[in-house]
Amino acid sequence: MRSFHLEQKDKLEIGKLFRARSLAENSAAKVLSVIVIRVRGTMEYKDYYKIMGITKDASQNEIKRAYRKLARKYHPDVSKEKDAEERFKELGEAYEVLKDPEKRTAYDQLGANWKAGQQGFQPPPDWDAGFEFHGDSFTGGTEGSAGAAGFSDFFESLFGRAGGGFQSHSAGAEHYQMRGQDSHAKVFIDLEDAYQGTSRNLTLRSTIMGPDGHPQLQPRTLNVKIPKGIKAGQNIRLKGQGSPGVGGGQAGDLYLEIEFNPHSIYKVNGADVSLELPITPWEAALGGKIKIPTPSGMIDLKIPENISSGKKMRLKQRGIPAKQPGDFYITLMIVLPENLSEEDKALFKKLQQTNSHFNPRTKLGLGK
Amino acid sequence: MQNEMIKSEVGIVVEEYDHISLVKLCRYCALPAESIIKMVERGVIDPIDTSLSYTHWQFSSTSLLRIQTALRLQRDLEVNLAGAVLALELLDEIKQLRQEVAYLQR
Repeated sequence: MRSFHLEQKDKLEIGKLFRARSLAENSAAKVLSVIVIRVRGTMEYKDYYKIMGITKDASQNEIKRAYRKLARKYHPDVSKEKDAEERFKELGEAYEVLKDPEKRTAYDQLGANWKAGQQGFQPPPDWDAGFEFHGDSFTGGTEGSAGAAGFSDFFESLFGRAGGGFQSHSAGAEHYQMRGQDSHAKVFIDLEDAYQGTSRNLTLRSTIMGPDGHPQLQPRTLNVKIPKGIKAGQNIRLKGQGSPGVGGGQAGDLYLEIEFNPHSIYKVNGADVSLELPITPWEAALGGKIKIPTPSGMIDLKIPENISSGKKMRLKQRGIPAKQPGDFYITLMIVLPENLSEEDKALFKKLQQTNSHFNPRTKLGLGK
Repeated sequence: MQNEMIKSEVGIVVEEYDHISLVKLCRYCALPAESIIKMVERGVIDPIDTSLSYTHWQFSSTSLLRIQTALRLQRDLEVNLAGAVLALELLDEIKQLRQEVAYLQR
């Protein structure tokens, strides 16, 4: 196995390592197989077996079974796990390699050279000696489910870019057009943002054709306006901001699903927002104006007199200002001072005496 | 990169589209009409007025998202369309229940 560096000057920084078969091996009819390896010092070695929860001697059938089971568990549309997207992507990558006996053997060979605890990872220049990877096995992958990003740097350094990585080399191939994939991502905002509207800077990675004819990942920052009145679970569609099309095809769309960060004092149900409001016994008895917080700022709330704990008040259209604005609900909770003085107790005793006929438990079938 | 002006993008809230015609749905999902009609037949989505002929079909905005989820489930979990529909319906139910639980718990 001979390997040579075409560009010595940037051999490790940009990391272009070209592997070519010796000229003798290359008959005129054989297409030169070129594999681009992007070497990055800080890359992390990925244990695909561990990701799939299987042993190194797992059969292809076991791999398939493990994949199916974990895919159901971590599929972002199905899973309730917090890191589902990340796990599902990892799983897809692991499966992409292990399901293919060719790639699996190459990966196994690599793993033998890798020492546990090693910080960065760098594939040896001739790690893929004797293997040839075919671009067409990358058609599906798991893209689309986890934003615009593809497989990890680790994967790409070994097997190239998923989706068209090798196609640029096949000069004279039929020209074909394909619409880019739609991309999906979740965006977390605060409830207050839904009242005022906000914007978010998102960094997406998309593949573009580099000046040297190789596809490259280009980060792209997008400032997305999130309109006032948005509700959790709603989706924003950004036309043409998904993956770029192939061969002049249309770009896919980007869908952003909105989620709210959990809030310390408000509960949200659709467009309705609610607040549990602690009040004093005398506020409950006498009523009055008190200041309360709402996601759009402090307001004065008039509490009617003689109102019991647990009673709900509704402020119409003070919920999320959606197309059909929600309401703001206030549940009153009577709270007593932590310590009652002798004087306080005497006053309550007086209340007890003047209200001796009052029994709030008659509905429970309890007499006095 | 850093010096470049960041373009501000304004999207459309999918749930606030009024209705989506069959033609638009095809375009948004990058699917031929036959596939959409199949999705209707299998119950992934329902036209708003089922009595109309399919050229006049209108769909609610969430149909778009349902189709995409069905496609992802089919592709990633190797289920057929009927399986995807079943999953979608159960997911809807779970989502609703979770919301209720979250609302009651806090």
